[in-house]
Amino acid sequence: MSNEAKISRRGLFMKIGILFNGVVATALAVPIVQYVASSISRSRANGYLSWVSLGRAGDFPEGETRLATFRNPFVTPTDGKTADTACWVRRIEGEQFQVFAVNCAHLGCPVRWFPQSGLFMCPCHGGAYYRDGSRASGPPERGLFEYPIKIQNGEITIHAGELPTPGSASAKGTADKQTASLDSRTPCA
Amino acid sequence: MRVIAKIGEWFDARLQLAAPIREAVEHPVPKNTASWWYVFGSAALVVFALQFVTGILLALVYVPSAGEAWSSLQALNHDVRLGWFIRALHGWGSNFMVAIVLIHMMQVFLFGAYKFPRELTWIVGVLLLLMTLGMAFTGQVLRFDQDAYWGLGIGASIASRVPLIGDAVVKLMLGGPIIAGATLSRFFALHVFVVPGLLIAFVCVHVLMVLKLGINEWPMPGRIVTRATYLGEYHELTKRDGAPFLPYAAWKDAFFAAGVLLAVAACAVYFGPFGPTGQPDPTIIQTVPKPDYFFLWLYAVLSLLPPSMETPALLIGPVVIILALLLLPFLSGEGEKSWRRRPIAVMTVLLIAVALSTFTRLAEVAPWSPHMNAWSGDPIPQQMLKGTTALERQGALVFQAKQCRNCHALGDSGGERGPALDAVAVRLTQDQLIRQVIQGGGNMPAYGKNLSPAETTALVAFLQRLRPPGQAPAADASRGLVIDDGADRRPAGGR
Repeated sequence: MSNEAKISRRGLFMKIGILFNGVVATALAVPIVQYVASSISRSRANGYLSWVSLGRAGDFPEGETRLATFRNPFVTPTDGKTADTACWVRRIEGEQFQVFAVNCAHLGCPVRWFPQSGLFMCPCHGGAYYRDGSRASGPPERGLFEYPIKIQNGEITIHAGELPTPGSASAKGTADKQTASLDSRTPCA
Repeated sequence: MRVIAKIGEWFDARLQLAAPIREAVEHPVPKNTASWWYVFGSAALVVFALQFVTGILLALVYVPSAGEAWSSLQALNHDVRLGWFIRALHGWGSNFMVAIVLIHMMQVFLFGAYKFPRELTWIVGVLLLLMTLGMAFTGQVLRFDQDAYWGLGIGASIASRVPLIGDAVVKLMLGGPIIAGATLSRFFALHVFVVPGLLIAFVCVHVLMVLKLGINEWPMPGRIVTRATYLGEYHELTKRDGAPFLPYAAWKDAFFAAGVLLAVAACAVYFGPFGPTGQPDPTIIQTVPKPDYFFLWLYAVLSLLPPSMETPALLIGPVVIILALLLLPFLSGEGEKSWRRRPIAVMTVLLIAVALSTFTRLAEVAPWSPHMNAWSGDPIPQQMLKGTTALERQGALVFQAKQCRNCHALGDSGGERGPALDAVAVRLTQDQLIRQVIQGGGNMPAYGKNLSPAETTALVAFLQRLRPPGQAPAADASRGLVIDDGADRRPAGGR
């Protein structure tokens, strides 16, 4: 009982005051955290991905790989040119296409296509990929990121909207399914 | 003068700060700390002040919008009177700040100043180093050009490798699904509000502890630090052989700080501002992004690590390094302070310095990056084509046209991703050349699908000519025996 005697009326109010502040701070923390994490929660709720047109399929010649650009489906008013995105479109034959992200699967630098040698080369750390996007050499552990494709009314559309990184949802599609590297073949010349 | 004194007294009667300030600046320090080795901490503070002022000046013009940041930097460089100079001061100030903070840290480590009772000063110092590096990185992002854009992409790729939460970390870092307006806005907030606010708070704590605990005395070999006796010994030392910090030691700080500011200004005038390089337009992919000077070593490490070790090294490495730095004063909080009796400490500093400078140098050259324009820009040296057959000249054409040159040098020009081929015929036989071209291997892609048999034959014929005069080509001993049907001449090397 001696402990109770030590708590004065003002001391009790002080403690209640601190508790009150704690409750208000917690209540305020909820919307603040939601605000800060909104870019994550939005990606989980609606998703940033949608189907984007790259133009008429007929504009891409068979057997060639061309650079195409599209406006990211999710934009904000201050994005400027940064919402424009490039991708590599490979028309294998007929309606068969592959669309690769320009971002190297290693650390995201923009890869360039060299039609003469049939390779994508990365200027940063020397990653190289074959024409089908599979890994050829260098530090990447996988093939190029590949966008899902639909061809509707003669237009080629891809499912895009996120920066492709090894961890992103859009990166689940990979060019490694066709790892037709010649490593296992016997020399033929 | 009497009026000024009167005004001063009026303020001090209300603020009452004169006495504590006088006490702080005139506190006794061991005389032997009045050394040129002890000037780096104050110099870092002075450069930070310069960054603070020039940062505010830049913010008067800079627009933190992904659509306009690059143009506002162009305006600073070209339209605003002396805008280029303020940008250059801020850019060079950042380089100097990182360098001085690192030198300060090295000096503190070698002088054993992190030992009892200054453990917390060291820990706060480690946090200040991390914040300084954070300022350097976020500052590079605000210079919103191609390097900044693709540098963010590299940052996002590294962050995405964190297990389970990688994707969420990337979205949080970018403020959305791509590198765009929201990304620049949040890096602006970090660079201008969050990190500087933390820096100021931690600098205050750091300096307060230096004042409360005293400047580390000059370490003498054999003078051992123990928790039981150190405080008494230090107190005794400052009493017996001490002098007021101002002006006994502080004049050297003042001289050095002024010298550093002058050096920053000289670099700013002579070298000018950093960038911006090309526009941050992701559809312009003809770019070779490189990080700023202080992250070049990391760029090299990321290129040289074996692929399988990369993710563990990226995710675990920083944690281990930071933990080691934070735990250092607890692991060796007592004992010898002098570098003369701490060979492992000296070797560690030398090893880190050599490693960092080697990696930085390598990253400047970047031998792992293909030279994207070598195939069309670097002609084959004439003497390599003299006296060649039509087939060999055709092979030389294939060599250039198929971008072999992007990775292989001839006559010291071309890429360095693969070995130089000036003497490849001495190393590889015809069969080995064919196999390497078609199948690839080592770090070379396979070209089997992209070369016709005729092109391969021509290319290998050209490569077989590439050897210094007087040196025999590589030969396959067993093949010689088979072809000659066991004749008695030695097949290899004898030709």
